[in-house]
Amino acid sequence: MRIIDANNITEEIKRMVIEANYFLPEDVMKALENARKNDDWKLSQDILDKIIENARIADTEQVPMCQDTGMVVVFLKIGQEVIIKNGYIGDAINEGIRRGYEEGYLRKSVVGDPIKRLNTNDNTPAVINYEIVPGDKLNIMVAVKGFGSENMSRLKMLKPSDGLEGVKDFILETVELAGSNPCPPIVVGVGIGGTFEKVTLLSKKALLRDLDSYNEDPFYADLEREMLERVNNLGIGPQGFGGRTTALKVNIEYFPTHIAGLPVAVNINCHATRHKEVTL
Amino acid sequence: MDYKLTTPFTRESLKNLMQGDNVYITGFMYTARDAAHKRLVDLIDNGKELPIDIKGACIYYVGPTPAKDGQALGSAGPTTSYRMDAYSPKLLDLGLMGMIGKGMIGEEVIEKIVEHGAVYFGAIGGAAALISKSIKSAEIIAYEDLGAEAIRKIYVENFPVTVIIDSRGDNLYKRGREEYLKRKMQRKEEGKSNMED
Ligand code: SF4
Repeated sequence: MRIIDANNITEEIKRMVIEANYFLPEDVMKALENARKNDDWKLSQDILDKIIENARIADTEQVPMCQDTGMVVVFLKIGQEVIIKNGYIGDAINEGIRRGYEEGYLRKSVVGDPIKRLNTNDNTPAVINYEIVPGDKLNIMVAVKGFGSENMSRLKMLKPSDGLEGVKDFILETVELAGSNPCPPIVVGVGIGGTFEKVTLLSKKALLRDLDSYNEDPFYADLEREMLERVNNLGIGPQGFGGRTTALKVNIEYFPTHIAGLPVAVNINCHATRHKEVTL
Repeated sequence: MDYKLTTPFTRESLKNLMQGDNVYITGFMYTARDAAHKRLVDLIDNGKELPIDIKGACIYYVGPTPAKDGQALGSAGPTTSYRMDAYSPKLLDLGLMGMIGKGMIGEEVIEKIVEHGAVYFGAIGGAAALISKSIKSAEIIAYEDLGAEAIRKIYVENFPVTVIIDSRGDNLYKRGREEYLKRKMQRKEEGKSNMED
């Protein structure tokens, strides 16, 4: 058994939401620089240069790289031997967001009710996903998710007979429909299998995986490579102005599913792919 | 082509711009997103006066982050424009000449752009810290209660944008992609992989 103080969690969340917004993760920066190197279309190069310059400015001046500082999505892996004292973990997380968004000069982009649409003015609540795992550690993954790209995400319950081709077509169709809206170059997170709600979670988790990683299953790793190539053959390009670099990476996660179904979800992220992780 | 332009715009000042041109804008413009647009159009529908000078105006679709010390405005990149499609035709009819955002806009808006000789510009989505550098002053002039979505009058110097829809209705998203794919095809036929030149 191990005791973790809720105040500690608040502090970590506060730090992570600020840092996620100021500092582009290294794997994303590397992917942008690689894309710049391999893109020989002048317009694309100009835009990629500016996107890289923007990330550098945000980094050195400690300002948000994008004005959409996102809705916060948290994935928790709670070791079953962990006990949280001094408060409820969900409250501790939202308190960290409240402080981070105020002190970090971040935009408050959450409305308390989807129909009445009144801003909560502190960017809470977060969307929190809890998972109980073996052990005595607490792993926290924080993503700040912009909605220009979130709005372009899609889910479809395919028929088993649609098969692999159906999945591929759906991914390409989703990127095509998104076009210039999600600030390409994008990152494509794909979930395959599970149930209606599980498949979207898989696609979100796929987005959280490092851009220099591949699915451990060689079949899905190959599918990631193939789909990146095909997405980049669409010609949408950075900002949709035409060019090779439509996406930096396609990440795929899968899960067992029912004999009657083939769910697929595509969650889109922009070049401002922002996440942070800590283990307490 | 690269152009320098000052606001307010006129039919004349915009008529040579073509999709794909880079433009550096200097002068005053307004910031507004969906919530502010809805209020503006409610005023129009009720025959009331607008809080902004719409003749020749340029509206930037943005909801900035709070300014840090020494900044006029925080990070300020464009938001997705199609959410304003329901409102912009009415503003174009009243004299709005420029809109800055990102992403494709609807046919009805493009028709109005052509009718009035206006232009739709794109700013680089997500390059918010970089863009912020060309914003020199900002003042809330309406709807303060909307926070980041309030209408601000901002002064910009050499604000970098690209023409997406020009006053003839030509579209960079369509043309740019076609050109790239055509070029790529040609290269393939010539057996070259490099697209340089
Ligand atoms: S899609 Fe991403 S880069 Fe574009 S405005 Fe939204 S958060 Fe920023």
